[in-house]
Parts: sequence; structure tokens; C-alpha cells
Amino acid sequence: MKSDIKIKVCMGTGGIAAGGADVMNAFNKELKEAGIDASVEKFCSMHKVGCRGLCAKDVLVDVIINGKKTIYQYTKPDMVSKIVNEHLIMGEPVAEWVAGEDYYNFHEKQTKVVLSDCGNIDPEDINAYIAVGGYEALKKVLTSLTPEETIAIIKKSGLRGRGGAGFPTGLKWEICRKVVSSGDSPRQESDQKYIICNADEGDPGAFMDRAVIEGNPHSVIEGMIIGAYAIGATKGYVYIRAEYPLAVERLRKALTQAREKKLLGKNILNAELNFDIKVKLGAGAFVCGEETALIVSIEGQRGMPRAKPPFPVHSGLWGKPTVINNVETLANIPYIIRKGADWFSSFGTEKSKGTKVFALTGKVKNTGLIEVPMGILLKEIIYDIGGGIDKGRALKAVQTGGPSGGCIPAELVDINVDYESLAKVGSIVGSGGMVVLDETDCMVSIAKFFLEFTQAESCGKCVPCRIGTKRLLEILDRITRGKGKDGDLELLENLGNDIKAASLCGLGQTAPNPVLSTLKYFRHEYEAHIKDLKCPAGVCNDLIEYSILEEFCKGCGACIRVCPSGAITGEKKKLHKITTAMCIKCGACFDVCKFDAVKKG
Amino acid sequence: MAGLAAVFGSGAMTNSIPEIENNDVLFVIGSNTTETHPIIGIRMKKAVRKGAKLIVADPRKINLVRFADSWMQQKPGTDVVLLNAMMHVLLKNNLIDRVFILIRTEGFESFKEGLEKYTPEYAEKITGVPKQDIIKAALLYGNAERPAIYYTMGITQHSHGTDNVYAIANLALMTGNLGMESTGVNPLRGQNNVQGSTDMGCIPDQYPGYQKVNLSAIKSKFEKAWGVKLSNKVGLTAMEMMGAAIEGKMKAMYIMGENPVLSDPDMNHTLKALNKLDFLVVQDLFLTETAELADVVLPAASFAEKDGTFTNTERRIQRVRKALNPPGEAKEDSVIIRELSEKLGYPMKYNFIEEVFQEIGSLWQAVAGVTYGRIDKWGVQWPCPTLDHPGTPYLFKGGFPRGKAAFTVVEYKPSKELPDEEYPFVLSTGRHLFLYHTGTMIRKGDALSKVLPEAYVELSPDDANQLGVSNSQKVRVSSRRGSIEVKIQVSKRVGKGMVFIPFHYKEAAANMLTNTALDPIAKIPELKVCAVKIEKI
Amino acid sequence: MVNLTIDGIKFTAPDGTSVLDAARRHGISIPTLCHHPKLTPYGGCRLCIVEIKGIPRPVTACTTPVTEGMEVTTINPYLEKLRRTTLELILSDHPNDCMVCEKAGDCTLQELAYFYGLRENRFLGERRIYTKKDGNPLIERDMEKCILCNKCVRVCNEIQGVTAIDIAYRGFKSKVCPPYERDLDCEFCGQCIRVCPTGALTGKMWTLKGRQKDIKEIDTICPYCGCGCNLTLNIRKNEIVRVTSREDTINEGWLCAKGTFGYTFVNNPARLTKPLIRIAPKNSNELRVTSYELKNKKDSEDLSLITRHSSLEKSLVTRHSSLFREATWDEVFDLIAKKFTKIKEQYGPDSIGSLSSARCTNEENYLFQKFMRAVIGTNNVDHCARF
Repeated sequence: MKSDIKIKVCMGTGGIAAGGADVMNAFNKELKEAGIDASVEKFCSMHKVGCRGLCAKDVLVDVIINGKKTIYQYTKPDMVSKIVNEHLIMGEPVAEWVAGEDYYNFHEKQTKVVLSDCGNIDPEDINAYIAVGGYEALKKVLTSLTPEETIAIIKKSGLRGRGGAGFPTGLKWEICRKVVSSGDSPRQESDQKYIICNADEGDPGAFMDRAVIEGNPHSVIEGMIIGAYAIGATKGYVYIRAEYPLAVERLRKALTQAREKKLLGKNILNAELNFDIKVKLGAGAFVCGEETALIVSIEGQRGMPRAKPPFPVHSGLWGKPTVINNVETLANIPYIIRKGADWFSSFGTEKSKGTKVFALTGKVKNTGLIEVPMGILLKEIIYDIGGGIDKGRALKAVQTGGPSGGCIPAELVDINVDYESLAKVGSIVGSGGMVVLDETDCMVSIAKFFLEFTQAESCGKCVPCRIGTKRLLEILDRITRGKGKDGDLELLENLGNDIKAASLCGLGQTAPNPVLSTLKYFRHEYEAHIKDLKCPAGVCNDLIEYSILEEFCKGCGACIRVCPSGAITGEKKKLHKITTAMCIKCGACFDVCKFDAVKKG
Repeated sequence: MAGLAAVFGSGAMTNSIPEIENNDVLFVIGSNTTETHPIIGIRMKKAVRKGAKLIVADPRKINLVRFADSWMQQKPGTDVVLLNAMMHVLLKNNLIDRVFILIRTEGFESFKEGLEKYTPEYAEKITGVPKQDIIKAALLYGNAERPAIYYTMGITQHSHGTDNVYAIANLALMTGNLGMESTGVNPLRGQNNVQGSTDMGCIPDQYPGYQKVNLSAIKSKFEKAWGVKLSNKVGLTAMEMMGAAIEGKMKAMYIMGENPVLSDPDMNHTLKALNKLDFLVVQDLFLTETAELADVVLPAASFAEKDGTFTNTERRIQRVRKALNPPGEAKEDSVIIRELSEKLGYPMKYNFIEEVFQEIGSLWQAVAGVTYGRIDKWGVQWPCPTLDHPGTPYLFKGGFPRGKAAFTVVEYKPSKELPDEEYPFVLSTGRHLFLYHTGTMIRKGDALSKVLPEAYVELSPDDANQLGVSNSQKVRVSSRRGSIEVKIQVSKRVGKGMVFIPFHYKEAAANMLTNTALDPIAKIPELKVCAVKIEKI
Repeated sequence: MVNLTIDGIKFTAPDGTSVLDAARRHGISIPTLCHHPKLTPYGGCRLCIVEIKGIPRPVTACTTPVTEGMEVTTINPYLEKLRRTTLELILSDHPNDCMVCEKAGDCTLQELAYFYGLRENRFLGERRIYTKKDGNPLIERDMEKCILCNKCVRVCNEIQGVTAIDIAYRGFKSKVCPPYERDLDCEFCGQCIRVCPTGALTGKMWTLKGRQKDIKEIDTICPYCGCGCNLTLNIRKNEIVRVTSREDTINEGWLCAKGTFGYTFVNNPARLTKPLIRIAPKNSNELRVTSYELKNKKDSEDLSLITRHSSLEKSLVTRHSSLFREATWDEVFDLIAKKFTKIKEQYGPDSIGSLSSARCTNEENYLFQKFMRAVIGTNNVDHCARF
């Protein structure tokens, strides 16, 4: 056994949930039994790696023999012995388990910058990051660049904030660097500045930041140190939600390792830079992703936003100038420094440079984490990367930007995905949530879902958000229950626009977007709910009825057996019938019928 | 007051309440300000929010400690050592104001020598405060630009209370921290018009305006004004009157709006004294414990039923206005006095109440410029000698009334009664936020008293463990003079070996236990330190 | 100083002033519910929104500092529409029971609803219903009326430094409450009541004692500690029904628990209303103590005293009549004059002592000492300055 073998098991949260740890153990056991000692790193090594995106096919395992990589998908522990025996020992990959075309299609149109090392290196080993060029950017900055030159590079790269609003990162740094006056509290040294990494990722379905921290925490740390150098901060915070235990654990390990390597602390790399990072856990409030609320939360108060101006770059944490960048933004920094602003700006469009990570979810075949160049066509994401709509259904809309975003209808699938284009059609890039909807999704219900979320997560500080979203939700709710009234749509628009205009923070200002954008593109669907008392997608329970189609029913009795309320009657081999008054609209009959004889609607 | 008066020639808060927020260092010693003077407490907290440093010296972990940069938990009765040690540190670090000392004070050299032995190490032994804390506090105060000292009964209610005040005055004098805005020495007066009643001469040795009864020029001024012959013999203090009553020398007393049975130390002593009188007149709102002993009880009017003025702790004379009619046949105290005076053949003729104030102004220059018209909206702080004088927010701007202020050598004298084997705890008494004095006012009004309906004794967790007692358990607290039953409140506010009882409760009167030992100069009883024991019932 | 334009008129304002303060200083009123001049700006009620040239969306005037050349619009149909919507939203979650509300006539929300003529409401829906009432004896907390302006939270934190309350929960269910929704257990300074713009916070003792319009306000000074706080007694039918304080006073409108709630002794029925003359034997108290002592030899006399005192309160009337009889003023004055004259003649003026009161006015204290010195002829005058 002289060959060089590397085995990489996906151990992001998705991979672990799919059984990654068991697969890893199985490999360890099998390798030992087979006499291939995994601890002899020279010849054969085991690595846990972060998420590489296609979570739908987890557990993904890379087997690399002498540089030749084979990828296994849906790996289970009981498959490991066969892989070891046939592939590692005999040299014959187990063809039936090797990832297919899908896997390669999924990756083909992606451009990985932030995620380039995720899924490739061991996130719990700083040397793995260093081996692929990690911390070189920091060395370069500290040895050859002034803070101003560093900022100039970031400005030139065109990097914009990946957390939602898309503010130019270099400009933010520059403003903060130039702030001389300090906040109002005389107790603090006047020269104190802070850099905060916002890892309070809260959009439902979004896991971009988590994947980055789990897969390559050092890229974020390196980005923060460079940022601290650029703006003149000596203290940094990572505000991360407590619901990300694995990310927190890996982040803390990474910080410890970085401190051991003198990459954090006093006199970093002997360049007279003092900087350290504290981890602050968020208690799961969505609004704490809003930067002013996040600051208040770090200060120990209830996380509620405050009005801007003044902006955090002027008066942030403890009243001091503070830069807040999101995880993805910071993770871009080392790559930009290493490879140059021009390299970075070669991706993307004129105003939206670089790449963006999206969490692609919903009704596409390949769900997962993707990184694409800005300006990619929406349809490329859905059909080429995502593999199209599952079950051969029709695309209806794409919801982007999470609860703050909007729905883009299928007819606009040709648009570019960048800050400006999405804004033009009433949605946003946001932090990168992308939910694909098909014909079986009710747009009123989708709007209601997001409204329920924002209402529950409203901090309660300002009236339009606290009570306004509640009223929006109530109107949506009555529409989905067939209790909609004439004028409700106008009221939704009216109130929605007022909430947008009058709310204090981004949460309230964008909360009506899911309603307003669906109203704009799917008004007929709302009207059908109100005027015809129908839910065209067959989702709203109060508006649908189940019936049995005479021409398809074979009288098999499957539906009778699953009906929990005894609403279906009929003799064997004879037409069955649903008694509507007894039906609780659970849909069990619809799902169980093999002959599509149950009609919904 | 006597202490400050001796040093400066005038005894009152040197600064005013609004100035507090501009202090850069506040040194609060022996004052639970947020409970006894809540609104001054608010100003102090505001100062801290504006960046001021707060030093608290108190045997209890009072609320202010939460806002403090430095807290010194001295053993009760050891303030002199603490203060002297701070001054020792200041001297060592040359943080003294030599010009001020030279021009405006006297007696510095001998005072300086007296400080020699009060090293922080020595102080740590006596006070229990770590020496680095003493040094830190001293440096904070010594390096401040606008520091002020605040104190109340925690300083004065000791057998060496005047010494404590001298020590505080020394501290301010040696650093020159006097006679400027937001900089000075501020005794916070405990009752709404205690400043005023002192100003008005309700003290045995002085006429209104701190004019000595035994100076013949002054006596003749008052004789002329009042048209009678006056006595030049200094009268008795409250505590001395009680003593004289027991001895049978005091035959009659006239008590207006006071409840000495509960407020004076050693309740049995007071009861005995008052019962021994031939004739006792008590004038009050309620049938108080003292009124019960009276031969005649006179129904008086409350503050809401009269016109006049109050002088607050910062010497601000403010208008009291009549809002209600007194109940039944109750009368304003001024009416009662005047009618009684007339009965005794000395009619006091005033057409309206302001004429009384005008008469005061004619006899005491410092308030001559005050009229009801001027103080209609905002009060005026005396001294205010003329109608166009704006009043005096802070004292001693140009100098001291007695010329040069005097340093006093102050030596540590232990409290008169210290804990021993039989009575192992130090008892301190004091006020609670929700209650006021003997409960005549608050405890008669039911809502507030519901918040804190029962008397309690604060005991440290350590001592509670050792005694085997727990929260809410009723215990007997006894001193050599008496005992009361009261519920335990285990609390980290008090240090080990110390207990605290609020003095408002007649059913568990803390003053059953307290010591009548008096300060030799101010005649203030030692209410803050006496020895007690705690027994389970 | 910076120059700015508000509603087309040029003004100057000091650096750091908020747009709201700058506008108000020049008599331009902007509605607000959550602003208080002594508290940090909050920007929660969204009523003070204004348009500023160059800023794409309306901003709150209370939180926005003035800048040089700023052009502010405080009123136009769009802003008024937004304000109206916000008010409607607040009212859609409010009991709207002004007819029985303590605060009616003195309520900012009510006044704004009146000026915006909000009779109908487009947004009627679920309303917060809270059945649990706070059990504290002093502060009525009707959280259904709370509009979450946060003033109480801020005053408790920023002025009083207590932080007894904060907002809990999220979204529509957000609620101001003490930790874990326990009963309020604080300093009961009542600062929160003073800043509350609605009927959410009132004094329990004030309930059904009269609306503001029936009340006569008399300014006076607090009878408790030496701070000398200015009180405004709210009088109705010769009774103090509540105590407030004006903001332009040395206490800046803040009071403590005693100042706010400690007034009921004035109208207490146990007040003395007639002069009393003793009928019981002079040493009856002492005798009673002694007789009790005999029965309880084990305990000291202190215990007997305690027992005696705690039982006193209940039997006030009987005790009163067993010790004293009511008399006329003439009668008691004659008696006192006779006794004092006799004792003075027999033992000299210095055998008469007196204690004056730190709770009486300057004038009374002056007259008292004058009486003792000029009429009785002794300097035996003292008061409790020492305790």
C-alpha cells in the first residue's frame, strides 16, 4: 500500500444529520480491520470537511487515490465496507454509488470563491487552511499594505455587503477609518473602534453563513483581522446564533488555534497589530440580525433596533465607531487580497461584483448551497444547477431574500440575479435565500407564511411593524379561510406600503414585501380566494374539497383505510364516495390513491 | 451641624442639588442616599451617567454601590480611621492644595502630624477595608476637579459624630475642594424642614440665624425686637431635657409635631421621662405614642393645610401653600401658638403669615432679601441679604464666615458600645425607602405601608447560617437596654457581624435597643452603633 | 449652530439638537407618543416622522440630529396619512374605553385620536387581553392600554437606575413587564406613571377619585425628606386625590415613593379633630406596663410594650376616649396657660422644655421659639435635628 489515499467525509450540519459521523466511524473501523491505518497520514488520511453544497445527496464522501477523486453520494455506514474492500483495496470504485451527472451539473455553473475551500479542507485544523493559502492575505496586508491601501483594494474589488442591503464594503470601512470623534460615553478611550461579524443568520431556510463557518471558519477570522487592521479596531465580535452549535464549536476552536499561532492577540505577526475576537451568542431573535439591534444585544440589552442615523460606523457598539459585516462578506476578503481586486471584479455585473452564495431550496431537484457569479440568469440556477422542477411540475415563482424579499413570477425567469435586477422586480438578493415554488404552491399562503414569521419576530418597538404586520397577517388569514372581503386587497396594499414607509428598521420596512410582490404578480390568485372562494393551488384547506373521480376510481379501498374521520364509504371494487361534511381535509386519501382518482379543489 | 459650624463658621450643605450632576467625583459616606434622599440619589446617578466617578463608603451594600467605582465597606464606627487614612494617602502623594491651605485655613501643621500613624495598613486593620481600596478612593478624590462629599446620619449619629464631621471637613480643606461650584461638603438633612427649624433658632443656644443666646449684643437685639427681657442661659437639648425630667428638674414640656417616644434612643428612658412630667402638651396630627402620655393634646394642621415656607437641605426657601382646610377644629400650628401666646399675655400680631417671615428677615440678614413673591415659582437659597441678591447656590466662594477655616486633629475613638461575647453583633439603624421616621405619616396612610408591612432585621448569610436562622424567621434582638421581636431578612447588604433595623416600626422599635451615648459637642445619640445579640424564639 | 429649513422657514439650531427639538423650539408641533425630553430618543411610535430632503424615506424627528442645510418637511398629506395609519393601528389594539378610563382628559393618545378624528378603524382585529393584574399595592398596570412607547422602561433605567421592567416577548405579544411577569417589586417611585402617555400606568389609590378636569392643583413642598421636592397636590372636594410634580422644578418633576404615594395621612380619619384633655390618671401608662410586667415576669418590659403598641392601632377610638375627653380650644388654652404660669412661678422658666418640629414651617418654628423665649422665658427649645 504505497498509494496516497485521502478520504473526505462531509461533516457539516447537513452531513452529520444524514449520518456523517457514523460513516466516518465506519471508515475508521473498516480501514483498521483492513490493515490500512488511517492514522498513518502519509499514506492514508481521513478528513472531516464542511458542506460542499449538495446537501440533498448527503452523506457525500470523497475518495481520493493518488489525486484521482471519486465521489460517493447517499453514503450509509453499511456501504463503507464495500467501498473499502472494492475501491480502496481493489482499486475499483463502487459504480452504483458514485455520484452521477446531477452532481456535476450542480457544480458546473457555480463559481466558488467563498466556498472554494469549504468541503475541501478540515475546518477544525488551522494547518489545513494554511496549506491552501490561508492567512497569506493577512501576511500580505500586514507586511506590505497600509490600512488605506487595503481599503482601496476592497473598494476597487466592488465587494458589497452580502447580508442584504448591499452597501459597498470598502466604503463602509473607509468611513469608519476616518471617524475621529468618538461616541458620547466619556468612560471609553476615544480611539476605540470595533468590527463585528454578523453571523445571526435567521432567514427561514437560509444556511449560507452556517456553512461557511462550519466549513472554513478561518476565512472569516482572517477577513475580520484584515478589516480590523483597515479600520483601526482592536476588538472584534462574532455575533452568532446559539442554534448553530457546530458552527460555534468550530469557530471557537479556530479562534483558539489562531491565538496559538499568534494570529490573534497582541502584536499579531510582529506587526504591532493588537486585535482579538469574542464570540457572542444570540438568543435566536431574528431581529438581532439587524445591525443596530445586534449592537444593543451585545451590550446586554433586549435586541431592539434604533433609528439611523447615526449609523454604526459613527456610533455603534458602546457608542464607538463600528463596522458590521456579514460572514460571507468577510470570508470574501482573504481571497480578494490574495488574488486581487481585478480577479474578483471579473465576476459579476457592472454594479454587482463577485459571487453570491444562495441556499437553493423548494421544489427543485438539487437543493443545497450554491455559489454563483453575480448576474447569472435565474433560469440557469433553477434548471442547470437546480436540475429543474421536481416531479415534472411547472415553475410558478421564485422567492428570494427570505421574509424581506419578494416573489419573482415564472415569466421573469430570464432576469439576471444581482442587486439591481432583483430590486427592479420587487425582490432582493438579501442574505441569499432562494425558494423555488411550483404550481402546487398557493401564493397567498406563501405570503402568509413569511408574514407569520416576521410578525412573530418583530421586536415590538415600532407600531407599524408590531401591529401593522399583525393586521396584514389577519387579512391574509381571512383570505385563506374564505372570509376575504371586498377591498381587502386594496387594504393590504395600502397598509403594506404604509408599514414599509413608517417602520423603524429593515425588518418592518421589508416585512410587507412578500405580500406586495405576490399581490403584484398573482393578484388573480388572491381574487380567486376572495371572489370565487377557491384556492387555485389547492392548498388552503378551507377552500378545497376532496371528491372522487368516477372515471378513475377502481374501488381499491386504500383511501377508506387511511381516512382518519371515516368520511369515505364504498364497497370493494365499487365507486367510493367522500362525505364532505365529515371530511377534515387532511389529504391522506389524495396522497394514497394510486390512480389519481381523488380530486382536490 | 455643630461640627461643620465649628470648622467653617456655618453648617449646611455647601452646594446645591442641581450642582450634583456636574461633580466629577462623588464621595458618599454614611448616606444611603437613594433611600433617604431619593431625588438627590437620582441626581447622583445622573452624574454617574454623565461620567462622574462614585466612591461609596458604607458598612452596608446600599443601592448606590451598584453605580460606584469604589466601595469601601468599613466597620460601623470606624469612619475616622478610613478618612484619616485617605488623607494620609493624599499627603503622601502630594495631592493637597497648598495655596488654599495657606490662604484660607489654619492649623495644618499639627493636623498633618496627627495623620502620620493613619497608614492604609493600619486602617485596613481597624476598618476592614483593603488598603488598595482606600488608596484607590483617595486618589480618585484627590485627582478630581469638582469632587463633593455627601453624608448623613451614618456620619453624625455616633458618640464621636462631630469627629467624623471634622475629618470630612479636613479632607475637603486639605484638597481645597470648597467654595466652588459642584465642589464642597454636603450634609444631607433628613427631614423636610430640619434646616429651617435650625435656621429659625429651635436650638437651645441660638436665636434665629445662628445668633448666640449668650452674646449680650445679640440678646439685646432680640429683646428690642420682641419687647421683652430674654434669658442668656443656654437651654437644654432634647436628650438633656429627658434627663432633666427623670431627675425631676424638668416639670413641663410643650412638644410640637415630634414623637420622641419612637424617635429617641432608648425608648424606656424616654417613656419614663415623659411620664414623670407634671404637665405635657403635645401638638400633632395624630394621637402619637408621645401624645398618649400628654395632659393636653392639640390637633394641628398638616403641611397641606397651611401657608408658609420650608427650607430644604440645600438652604432653598420654598413656598408651602394651603390646599385643604384642616379637619374638624384642628388649627395651623402658627395659629395655636399665637392664640396660646395671647392667653399668656403676649399677643403676637400678624395680619398674614408672610409678616412672620418679614420679621425673621429683619432679625437675620441672610434671609432679608427673601419675599414670598420672589419664591413663588423657584425658591431662593440663603444667604440672600437683599432684594436684588440672587441667593447663594454654593457657600464659601470668597472665604469662610469665621475667617480662616480650622483643621482639627481627629483621633480615632471607638464607639461607646462595641460587640462582645454576650452581645456579638453591631446594630445600625436607619431609614427605609418606603417609610419615614416614626410612621406617623406613612404608616397611617395604608397603601405605601402595604409594600413593606413588617419590621425586619438584616443579617448576613454567614451569620444567618451560624445562628441557624432563615429568612422570615422571627427572632429576638436584644441589647443591654431592651429587646424586640422581629423577622430575619437574610441579606448581603450587611457585612458579617453587623445587623440593620429600620427604626420606623413601633411594634418592633429599633430604639428600644439603641444607646443614648451622646456626642459631647453635637449631643447626637449613637444610633448607628450598639451591641446586640440575636436569639431564636 | 446649524442652519436648517423647517416647512420652508429658515431656522438655526444648536449642534446636536434633534429635528423634533428644533421644530418645537420654534413652535412647530409634531405629534409624538414615545418622546420625553429627559430620556434618550426612542423612535418607536413613528408619529414624529418627517421628510428630509435627500433621505429617501421618512425619518423620526426625535432621533435625527439637525445638520447644516437640512430641509425638513413636518407636515404634508403623505406624512399625515402615515401618522393616521399608525394611530389607527395603535387604536386597533387598545381598549378604547375612555368613558371609564382614569386617564381620560389627560391622555395623549386620546387627544391625538381626537385631532385625527379617528372614529372608524380599518384594522380592527385581535386585541391583547391580559387577565392577570399586578398585585402590587401602588401602581396599577393595565397592560391592555399600553402602547409600548417604552417611556416607563427608559425612565426606570435611565433616571431611577432600577430597571424593574423591560419589554418581554416578541411581535404583537410584546409586553412591558417585570422579570418573569412577577408582580412589580421596585422602588415604587412612580416615575413610570408620570411619563405614561395613556391609562396603562396609574396609581391604584387614584382609582375613581376624579378626573383631571375636576381637580384643583396646588403647588407646595414635600413633607418628607430634606430634598425639598416640589409637589402639586391634586385636590378634589377638600381631599388630596393624587400628587404630581411639575418638570420645571428643582426635582425636575421626579418624586420618590413617599412623595408620590405618601399623602393619604392628610385625609386619614384618625386625624385629631378636637383638643383633648386627659381624664385617665397621669401614670396610667406606666401602671399598665407594670401590671403587664407582673404577669410576664419572664420577659422584659419591652415585650409588654410591643404587645401594647400593636394592639393600640385597632382600639384607637376606645383608647382615645378612655384616656382623654374632648374639649374646646378656650378650655385647653386656659388650662395650658394656668399650668405653665404656675410651674414657671414655682420652678422657674427653665423647668419648662419644648421640642419643635422639623416638619413644621419656618414661620411656625420661628413663632414657637419666640413663644418659648419671649413668653415662657427659657432657651429650652430643641428639635430633632440630631436624629
